This record gives sequence, structure tokens and C-alpha cells, in this order.
Amino acid sequence: MTASTADHPTRRDFLFVATGATAAVGGAAALWPFISQMNPDASTIAAGAPIEVDLTPVAEGQDIKVFWRGKPIYISHRTKKQVEEVRSVPVASLPDPASDQSRTKDGHEQWLVVIGICTHLGCIPIAHEGNYDGFFCPCHGSQYDASGRVRQGPAPLNLPVPPYQFVSDTKIQIG
Amino acid sequence: MSGPSTYQPSHPALQWLEQRLPIIGLVHSSFVAYPTPRNLNYWWTFGAILSMMLGVQIVTGVILAMHYTPHADLAFKSVELIVRDVNYGWLLRNMHACGASMFFLAVYIHMFRGLYYGSYKAPREVLWILGVIIYLLMMATGFMGYVLPWGQMSFWGATVITNLFSAVPYFGESIVTLLWGGYSVGNPTLNRFFALHYLLPFLIAGVVVLHVWALHVAGQNNPAGVEPKTEKDMVPFTPYATIKDFYGVTLFLIFYSWFIFYMPNYLGDADNYIPANPAVTPAHIVPEWYYLPFYAILRSVPNKLAGVIAMFSAIIVLVFLPWLDAAKTRSNKYRPLGKQFFWIFFVVCVLLGYLGAQPPEGIYVIAGRILTVLYFAYFLIVLPLLARIEKPRPLPNSIAEDVLAKSGRKAIATAAIALVAAVSLFAGSTGDARANEGTLTPPSASWSFAGPFGKFDRGAVQRGLKIYKEVCSNCHSLQYVAFRNLAEAGGPGYSTAQAAAFAAEYKVKDGPNDSGEMFERPGRPADYFPSPFPNEQAARSANGGAAPPDLSLIAKARSYKRGFPWFLIDFFTQFQEQGPNYVNALLQGYEETPPHGVTIPDGSYYNKYFPGNAIKMPPPLSDGQVTFDDGSPATVKQYAHDVATFLMWTAEPHMEARKRLGYQVFVFLIIFAGLMYFTKKRVWAAAH
Repeated sequence: MTASTADHPTRRDFLFVATGATAAVGGAAALWPFISQMNPDASTIAAGAPIEVDLTPVAEGQDIKVFWRGKPIYISHRTKKQVEEVRSVPVASLPDPASDQSRTKDGHEQWLVVIGICTHLGCIPIAHEGNYDGFFCPCHGSQYDASGRVRQGPAPLNLPVPPYQFVSDTKIQIG
Repeated sequence: MSGPSTYQPSHPALQWLEQRLPIIGLVHSSFVAYPTPRNLNYWWTFGAILSMMLGVQIVTGVILAMHYTPHADLAFKSVELIVRDVNYGWLLRNMHACGASMFFLAVYIHMFRGLYYGSYKAPREVLWILGVIIYLLMMATGFMGYVLPWGQMSFWGATVITNLFSAVPYFGESIVTLLWGGYSVGNPTLNRFFALHYLLPFLIAGVVVLHVWALHVAGQNNPAGVEPKTEKDMVPFTPYATIKDFYGVTLFLIFYSWFIFYMPNYLGDADNYIPANPAVTPAHIVPEWYYLPFYAILRSVPNKLAGVIAMFSAIIVLVFLPWLDAAKTRSNKYRPLGKQFFWIFFVVCVLLGYLGAQPPEGIYVIAGRILTVLYFAYFLIVLPLLARIEKPRPLPNSIAEDVLAKSGRKAIATAAIALVAAVSLFAGSTGDARANEGTLTPPSASWSFAGPFGKFDRGAVQRGLKIYKEVCSNCHSLQYVAFRNLAEAGGPGYSTAQAAAFAAEYKVKDGPNDSGEMFERPGRPADYFPSPFPNEQAARSANGGAAPPDLSLIAKARSYKRGFPWFLIDFFTQFQEQGPNYVNALLQGYEETPPHGVTIPDGSYYNKYFPGNAIKMPPPLSDGQVTFDDGSPATVKQYAHDVATFLMWTAEPHMEARKRLGYQVFVFLIIFAGLMYFTKKRVWAAAH
């Protein structure tokens, strides 16, 4: 049990280093399945496929909540007044500057589609509440306007817009 | 060894910790400086192998519990989802299921080693008894773990084992009801078994700590069985024992990986791929191989209570072993008679294991009784008697002297014999008997997916899918297979778009919609193959009383007896295609007129490969029924082979990934074992 000095690497040192390195590589590779299994499984990923939502039943001023990948998605049929209001706000004055145009689809500006999860700590804001005729989060008092942009409170960011597109005038595909 | 450690770490921060909690000193004195006899052989590495197996079982078990659902209606399905959908789920499940067998194999070798070298004798009685307690806990844990997949063997194993307690006079029935949490084995039973199966391994870990503590107080026994006298007899645990243990563990991992990657179902029972059915008992209830000797003892006694007592006594007698064997000489190396009787006893245990897998009929019953008597005679008559009459050979004066006098040849010969015997005991479970009176054994077909490098024949899987869709799916469901699976690697090889188009041809029930109505829509890749019947009763009534089984797992849920010596050869050739052979043969096994003297009831058909020959399924395939685009012949022979290939894929969609990873693991382990061998030699060179 004599410690070998590192002055002259011997064949013995090489053997020990090679064995140790191989063990380390094998151990690290063996860890991967144990970590990877925590990721979403194939059925969860398959269930997260895009969904289609029919917009015909949603009247002006109403909104619906649908679920995609376990997340609530607000689809709001905004009134003319709401659209005018959110488009007249100077963008630079907002905590998280973004224009309403960039958050909606051209030609469908009455439709707002946002993920209804407060960017503060994940509660679900209530629609048609608060000072901005948008969303109000009851947990910690964050307020969003009718474009889903944060206006007041602890939330740092706007409500995110999920990937979606109009497949027809009355139907969208989310995802 | 014991007492306060004199070890002082050199780093100031570690010194600070050491003065407050001497944990580094504890580890140093237990696993670094701890003196270990220099003549230990490789049978002693099984202690380290067992520690590793306990760790592997706990880690994989905790992970499986993250994905498993302990509910009677969902458990079977959740296990299938683990294997099919969870990333590396098949690997983790194989590691855990085969790991149980490896754990027991290692513990049996460990126990026989203790028996042979007299490791239970003073001053190591408590160490031995703690070992027996660990073994009992392992048996309980293994049994409850086997119940969790909730297949046929799980359910009926749980029923039979819990019914053992009904043999208790007066309170038997109440105890069994208490264990079940109901009037029969059911959801409450499954739930509590899950909770206990999670708990007991941690109790085992706790007793293992006591076991190691007792070991470090008494010191290790050694092959010579003489206590160490001078420092020359010993070497420090690190690096000598550590490197040897790691080398032993590496070799064991190679053996373990053979099962994980190439033979995951070799030690299991095909019936456990059939979901639990309280209405039908499998023809032959056989426990896992590691319980077979005790199962044989149970069945040898014709009285219920006496049988249960005999079975438990067979384990409890081990507790008294230190006092039953009063011989002064520890190691059987120096006991000419003791050694012979030890090997006779070993063979008795192996034969009991073999009998445990056979049907309790005729010669097997008589043999079982004789062997049961021999088992107990070894402990109660032979060992006490030998202590009085045997003249042991002279012992070496010291361990150092033993090392100098050592000749390796004998040890290798006994090791080889023991290994062959152990493997045969081990393999006994797959050689279990099945009723096959008048039923032919299916011939072995040639399969592209057989062997360590086997891959599915994409064309055959695609053709099999077509036959399933056009013929089989009229009666048989395929509920664990989703349309998306058709586009996964290692399957029929379709693209995502092709799988989506295939799905869209199906109508899938969905809903309720906003008005609360169920509706039909085209299938999507995430949907599963729809069942032809809304429920089991409908399936039963439409098919003359016999519900057509789900086909997802049929290629793993059907098997047949291989018999001796085939089940041993199968271990080396990796033969495990009983299921596809059976499906292939069954589909071609119809005969219009049964042989003379065989009557088939109305509504049934004669099939020479179906157990009992009378099958309710009419001959499903005829020549020309399905046409193939690739020009393959439209014959029943071709259909049967293609469907069997397809069903092997549905039963094991990740087979190709399993074999590919197995190849990588084997290359790594063999290189690593080679490096470990030379490293171990280098380290030990200083000690010789």
C-alpha cells in the first residue's frame, strides 16, 4: 500500500488511471436512464398534440377556457372598446413592453389567445376583473389588461401567447 | 474493528467535523483500515454483491413507484405503460424484476458459503441470526413485489400464500381476512402490499447495518476457519478487499446484464402477462424459483397445518444452526464427513427446488417426501451426530500458513460444480410442468428477431398489422398499442404521417362534448387501437361464451414446457420465442376432422396445438384472404408467421433498443472486467 509518486508515471499508474476513468465513464452513463425517466413519457408527449377549438359559440365580450398540455388557455372574444383601449396605450410605458398587434393575429384582432397562468407564481387570473378590463390574479394582486399584458402588481411578464393559428375564420388550432 | 477510532483526518475542515461527529473515522475504521483475513476467496465477495443488489433494488424500486399505480383496475396497465412509454422504463423494470432473482441467487450463495465454512459458529451466532432475519424479510418483500404487476400469477400467488395463514387453528380465517382487507384478495390487498413492499427494503437496509456491525465486532471468518493471530494474517480492507469486491461485483454485473438485456422473461412466468382474473386459476401455480424448495416441502406434507409448519420450520431451523452443529472445527475443508454431507445437503436443496416446479403427482410426491426428510435430517440428525463422531483433519496453524499451502485447483473444481448446480436450481422455474396431454409442442420457427442481434423484419410486421386489421381485429382488441407506436423506432417502420393517416381510418369514441354527448371522430396518433366490443360481457356473448383475449401481450403471455435439458440450453442460446412459436403453430394447427377417439364439443374446433385441443375460435385464416402489396404469398403459413412477428412487436415494442443497449453494455463490462482483473492483480501483488 505504498503511494506511488507522480514524478515518473509507471505502467501501474496508467492501469489504475485507466480503470478509474472507465469506471467513472460507466457510472456516469448508467446514471442517464435514472434521470431521463423523470421526463414526460411517450403517452404524455402524444397527449400534448395540437388541439382544434371552434370559436362560433363564443359571443363578443365572452371568453372560454380550454386546456392544452394541462394548461388553461383563455380565448377571449374582445369588444371593439377593449381592442381600442389596449391599442391606445403607449407601449413604452408598460412593465413588459409589447404591442397588442404582436400578441394577436392580423385580421382577427378581436380574438385574444393567452395561457391563463399568472407569470408571478402560477395562479390562474380571473377574466373580466381588475382595473384594466382584463385579468386579475387573486393570489397576489397582479393585474393584466385585455391584451394579457401585465399592468400592475408583482408579475414580471405578460401572459404568454401559446403557438396557434387560424385554420378558418371560426376555428383555431393551438399547438 | 470496534471502539473509538484513532483516525485523524488531515484537512482542518474535516478535523472540525470529526471532533463533532466522528463519521469519517467510522468509515475509515470500518472500510479502509479494517483488517480482513488475507486468505478470503471469491465466495466472500457475495457480501459486497448483496449490498450492491440491495442498492439497485431500492433505487430502481423507488423509480418504478414514481410511475406505478397501486389499484386493482390500473396496476397491470400502469406496469405496461412503464415498459412501453416511460423513458428507459423497460430497462428499469427489467433491472428490478431480474434484480430480485439476482438478489436471491446471491443470498443463497452467501448462505451456502456460511454453511460450508462454518461462519455461524461462535462468536458469530448473532451475525448469522441477523442474516436469517434479512433472508426472511427478503422473502416477504419478494413475495409482495411479485403481487404488484397484478397478473394471473401475482393474484393467485397472493391468494395461495395468504391462505397459508388459514392453517392457524381457531384464528386462521380471521388472520387471512385481516391480511386481505376484504373477503378475497382485492384492491385493499394490493394497496397494502404496495405500501409494505416499499417499506420492507428499508427495514432490510437497517438489519444489514446491524449485520455488518456484528461482522465487524466478531471479524470475518475465512476459508481456513482459524482465527487470525498476527498481523501477517491480515490485510487492510482498502485497497485489498475493496478492489476484489469490485472485481466480483463487475463479474456479477455481466451475469445480471445477460438477463436484463437478453432474457428478461426467462425467470418469470408467462401467465403473469395475463391480467389478474379472480374467476380462473392458472393450470399450474408455481412460485418464483427462489421459493421452490420451500414450496416443495409445503406440498410434501399431506396435512394443511403440518405442511405450513414444515415450510416455516425449514427456515427457522437455520436460527438454531449454531447450536445444532457443535463441531469445534469451523471449515468443512477440514471435516471429511462434514464436507460430503454438505454437498449432499446442497443437492437435496436443488432437487427440492426442481420438485417445487413439478406437478404434485406420482413419483414427484414420494421424492418430495424423501427429500423433505433429508433436508431436516441434515440439521437435526447429521450435524449434531457429526460433532461427536467426526475426526477433523489437522488445521493450519495460521491464516498465513493456509495461504502458503494453498492449491487453487480444488477450489475451482468445486466452484464449477456449484455453479452448474446453482444454475440448474435457478432455471428450475422455467422448466415447470404444464398440462399438455394430447397437445403437441409447437415447432420452433425461424424468427428474424431471435438472438442477441435480432431485429424485427419490417415487412413482416407491416403484413402482420394488415392481417390484424383485416381479420383479427374483428374479435380481438389490441388495447396497449397506440397508433403513434407504428411510427416509433424498432417497429413496422412507418413515418409519422403514415401513422396519422392509418389512425384517421379508425373511428374513435370521444367526449363528452359541450352538450354532454359522446361522439365519434377520426383516430389520432395518440389514440389506442379501439376494441371491437364495448366490454367483456359483449365480447363473451358474441363469441360463444369465450371472450377473445387481448392480443397486445399474447406473444409473451403464452408459453409451453421446454423440459430438461432444454431450459438449461435456452439460457445460453437465449431462446425465448415460445410465444411466437405458439401463435404461429396455433394459427396453422386446425384440422377439420379430429383424430379418431377425440370428440370436440359443439361450437368448438379441433386444434392440435391448443391446450385441451378444443378451441372456440373458428379457423381465422384461409389462403388468399389477405393480399399483400409486396408480393408475399397469400397463404395461411405466411399469414401465421407474419401475425406472430407483428404480435411479438406489440408485446415488446422496445426489443431492438433493449438488444442494442445490451450489446453496448456488454462491450463496456467486458473491457472493464479485464481492467479490473489486472488492477486487482497489481494491488494484490504487494500482499503476496
